[in-house]
Amino acid sequence: MAGVLPDGGLIEERALPGQHTVLHVLVRWFFISVSLTFLAAVLLAPLATVFVMAFAHGVRAYLHAFSDPDTLAAIRLTLTTAAVVVPINTVFGLAASWAIAKFEFRGKSILITLIDLPLAISPVISGMVFVLLFGLQGWFGGWLREHDIAIVFALPGIMLATMFVTFPYVARELIPLMQQVGNDEEEAAITLGAGGWLTFFRVTLPKVRWGLVYGMVLCNARAMGEFGAVSVVSGHIRGLTNTMPLHIEILYNEYNFVGAFAVASLLTLLAVLTLVVKTLVERTGYRRR
Amino acid sequence: MSLRKPSVLPGFGLTLGFTTFFLSAIVLLPLAALVLEAGSMPWRDFLHVVLSPRALGSYRLSFGASLLAASINLVFGFIIAWTLVRYEFPGRKVIDALIDMPFALPTAVSGIALTTVFAQNGWIGRYLEPLGIKVAYTWLGVTLALTLISMPFAVRAVQPALLEVQRDLEEAAETLGAGRLYVFRRIILPTVLPALLTGFTLSFARAVGEYGSVIFIAGNLPMKTEITPLLIVIHLEEFDYHGAAALGVVMLGISFVMLLAINLLQAWGRRQHVRAAH
Repeated sequence: MAGVLPDGGLIEERALPGQHTVLHVLVRWFFISVSLTFLAAVLLAPLATVFVMAFAHGVRAYLHAFSDPDTLAAIRLTLTTAAVVVPINTVFGLAASWAIAKFEFRGKSILITLIDLPLAISPVISGMVFVLLFGLQGWFGGWLREHDIAIVFALPGIMLATMFVTFPYVARELIPLMQQVGNDEEEAAITLGAGGWLTFFRVTLPKVRWGLVYGMVLCNARAMGEFGAVSVVSGHIRGLTNTMPLHIEILYNEYNFVGAFAVASLLTLLAVLTLVVKTLVERTGYRRR
Repeated sequence: MSLRKPSVLPGFGLTLGFTTFFLSAIVLLPLAALVLEAGSMPWRDFLHVVLSPRALGSYRLSFGASLLAASINLVFGFIIAWTLVRYEFPGRKVIDALIDMPFALPTAVSGIALTTVFAQNGWIGRYLEPLGIKVAYTWLGVTLALTLISMPFAVRAVQPALLEVQRDLEEAAETLGAGRLYVFRRIILPTVLPALLTGFTLSFARAVGEYGSVIFIAGNLPMKTEITPLLIVIHLEEFDYHGAAALGVVMLGISFVMLLAINLLQAWGRRQHVRAAH
């Protein structure tokens, strides 16, 4: 358009807004460099540090860190916890999203808010509630001790606290997705004589599968990485109730930096993997709302 | 009076029953226990704990650093969101995916990594040291950790709103002679304001309760670099459940106010959106 004007120059700069005038180029350059500098300082430098510190004394020292039985116990505990918590929260997420997305009932928005509640609460409080209930001087503390049941400072407490903090992850992906895809196919299937479970597995599940994967991956990342809530209920018993993040803290405080960052590098790889899966899922056309 | 609309789909009783049972067992009853525990304290004792100088010092740091972090994210979150939405440059997609890193990265890892980078001999800390700026083990470090872990909230809140800014309006304004700043103030800002404030509130809410990343970089000195969640943990470790519960209730109250604010802001954002569409 502006190109046709014989005396181009200044007119061109004004006539094509959004195009590359000197000011636009400067603003663009400024924005990109500020963004990249900020992210490099607070995000990329720490990420790189994890691996630089983990390999500070070479590959052998790095690998040696994983021969420590306490480290292996921490890895096992974290995997066990996630293996229990993620499936349970997935079943919950599916149930909650079915009830909320398929039916209209009173109190629905309150229910949604309550499901999201753990996200708004400090992880320390999420752990503390279980100490108040099941701790030595907690409500059920005496009874539990009489019956020789350990919840706090033991595996059940760690699982409960992890379940609390990861509670909303699957549900909050599935609820809006199920609401969006609608009920027409399910209603058709039921009307044509399919049972409830058949409809769920053959009609609903395929429709929401990417949202489900997305929610489970985020739930897993949080379950394996949770620190605050688990720290409060764990009791920090080496080789017994230390999860990977808690073990990192102990090693770090003992100035065993190679050990601490070696364990941290595994969790960082997990985070990277989580982001890769997330990006792949988004590429299928699934968009987070 | 019917509580729900009729539907041909099965499973309402089963799924709603399971949902409410599980929600109550895992989340609501434990939280109720916290409130009752604090409620069983005489008022004087409750106030004595939550208004003690050490508690007040921890609120000052927790709230001050969180407000500062949320403000930093307000500015940088906007700049980053703008860069990702408006410009094409090599590596844009990777950067976009990396924004969620603080969500995926365990807070303990963020904590030790940030401390190492900003310690006196760290990659960045060593350049700040001669300038007299100490980050690790000061309130600055706390702010930095809170900024990092709440950054995705700010960026992700603003990104979709920026996509909705009507480019033709901007271009029309510029064609009519409006400067960039004027366009920003009159067209861009009103569209993204609800999203900016939502991002600010979400960042703040996340930062106030954060524990894992902060304790490594904070130094944890009472009255100086001790955040409220850490003070709760200290009470618990001393088996002072009442004191921990009292502080917990204060933080819970703040979470509720934040949640309310976020819901109101989002409702405002939707109204703006509807108005813009007409």
